[in-house]
Amino acid sequence: MPSISIFDVIGPNMVGPSSSHTAGAVAIALLVRKLFPGSVKEVEFVLYGSFARTYKGHGTDRALLGGMLGFETHDLRIKNSFKLAEEQGLTYSFVTNEKETEVHPNTVEIHLTGSDGSFMSVRGVSVGGGKVKIVKINGVDVDFTGEYSTLVIRHLDYPGMVAYIATCLSERNVNIAFMRLYREKKGATAYSVVESDEVIPQELLEKLREHEKVEDVMLIQV
Amino acid sequence: MDFISGQELLQLCEENSCRISDIMIQREISEYGASSEEIMERMKEAYRIMKEACHKPLDEPVPSIGGLIGGEAKKVRDRRRQGKSICGSMLSKAITYSLAVLEVNASMGLIVAAPTAGSSGVLPGLLLALEEEFSLDDEQIIDGLFTASAIGYLIMRNASVAGAQAGCQAEVGAASAMAAAAAAQIMGGTPQQCMDAASAALVNLLGLVCDPVAGLVECPCQSRNVIGASNALVCAEMSLAGIRQLIPFDQMVDTMMTVGRSIPFELRETALGGCAATEAACARTCQIFKN
Repeated sequence: MPSISIFDVIGPNMVGPSSSHTAGAVAIALLVRKLFPGSVKEVEFVLYGSFARTYKGHGTDRALLGGMLGFETHDLRIKNSFKLAEEQGLTYSFVTNEKETEVHPNTVEIHLTGSDGSFMSVRGVSVGGGKVKIVKINGVDVDFTGEYSTLVIRHLDYPGMVAYIATCLSERNVNIAFMRLYREKKGATAYSVVESDEVIPQELLEKLREHEKVEDVMLIQV
Repeated sequence: MDFISGQELLQLCEENSCRISDIMIQREISEYGASSEEIMERMKEAYRIMKEACHKPLDEPVPSIGGLIGGEAKKVRDRRRQGKSICGSMLSKAITYSLAVLEVNASMGLIVAAPTAGSSGVLPGLLLALEEEFSLDDEQIIDGLFTASAIGYLIMRNASVAGAQAGCQAEVGAASAMAAAAAAQIMGGTPQQCMDAASAALVNLLGLVCDPVAGLVECPCQSRNVIGASNALVCAEMSLAGIRQLIPFDQMVDTMMTVGRSIPFELRETALGGCAATEAACARTCQIFKN
């Protein structure tokens, strides 16, 4: 059982009205924004379950867009995020999907298109009390919360990848809290997710990218 | 230093001759490696946000996103200022501030979830009223917030504070238990009196369902927060007067969860039953979703 801090009880400090539908939505979008390298030109939010039914009344739409603009849960600019996104030239849209019901009730899938034309899709879930997790990246099932410093490495499923990543980390004295590999099928694209209690040095990302089977490296720094 | 029940918490208070708030701060230091200064700064910031949310809608009332609430706190304040309150100054202020925080919450303003956003008016409502009425200082109230967090932690750990899981008794009920214990400590109660006040608060709100109109955190959430604060006040009063509770806090937490599990799905934040299913609520829901 994860421990509960004083500030899990008296907190989070947040823009209302709902910890799961507003604060959680901000947190998911902010994580996704951090995962996406470079600038975002266009974003589409696909809402499922309770998110799809009640997003307007809970400000889930403004919260998601606010997170995409880099705001945290207590940032009062969230209320004006439509206008702020327009000012920044960020195109956005909200789509509901009430056909797919085999998902957590508070699920959103975020489709991002970068200024350079790159595309990424990430699915996040708001699990209650403002806590969230990322459950899918580009169609591959993953599972992490962003509460630790998190490295997400996209690579080909190839022998020795885990050893390579672990060596790069150990050479820089980064202690691994959790490490998991997710893949669709043998030999295809895989994601390795490394969570650490410490700050992960930027230079490590360059080193990881040197490997020919590594396609991309993303970092969420706590 | 850690504890997983009210009984263990009371034992630690006794062994160390200290208050619940002191134990909770010690736990935070040992579990998270935070310094007492950091912890104090974060709680001060939380209380600053709470106070601001209590005051803001009194001068600048704004309608909620769903349009179901807005301006209620100002009405109660104005009536009190005219000398017409039938509740007396203390309770009238607690009502005013609890209403106010929910107005801020429902209009996308800044609040502190305590323990949830839907129950965020209870603690600030009661504690700011106490501070003003008894000319206390912020430090005394902040001590009370640590005591409240110990109660909230035990409910989160051993039951739930999610309306979707256990109904409003788990949200406003938990907030009310937290506020009752905080008020008891602030007004000089012993750790046992704090636990008794919290236990009584859970007894009184046991079985309360979560039935938000149109699924929004507006109605009946706002007036439920008021009942949470009022309930906390009377429970603290009883406990400080030396009234003991038959049922210990830990057993009330367990039974709250058992009752929560037997609350039907329609009455656990789905907006399918209770107040949300009344004719008046359905009519408003249709209006809201047409826009």
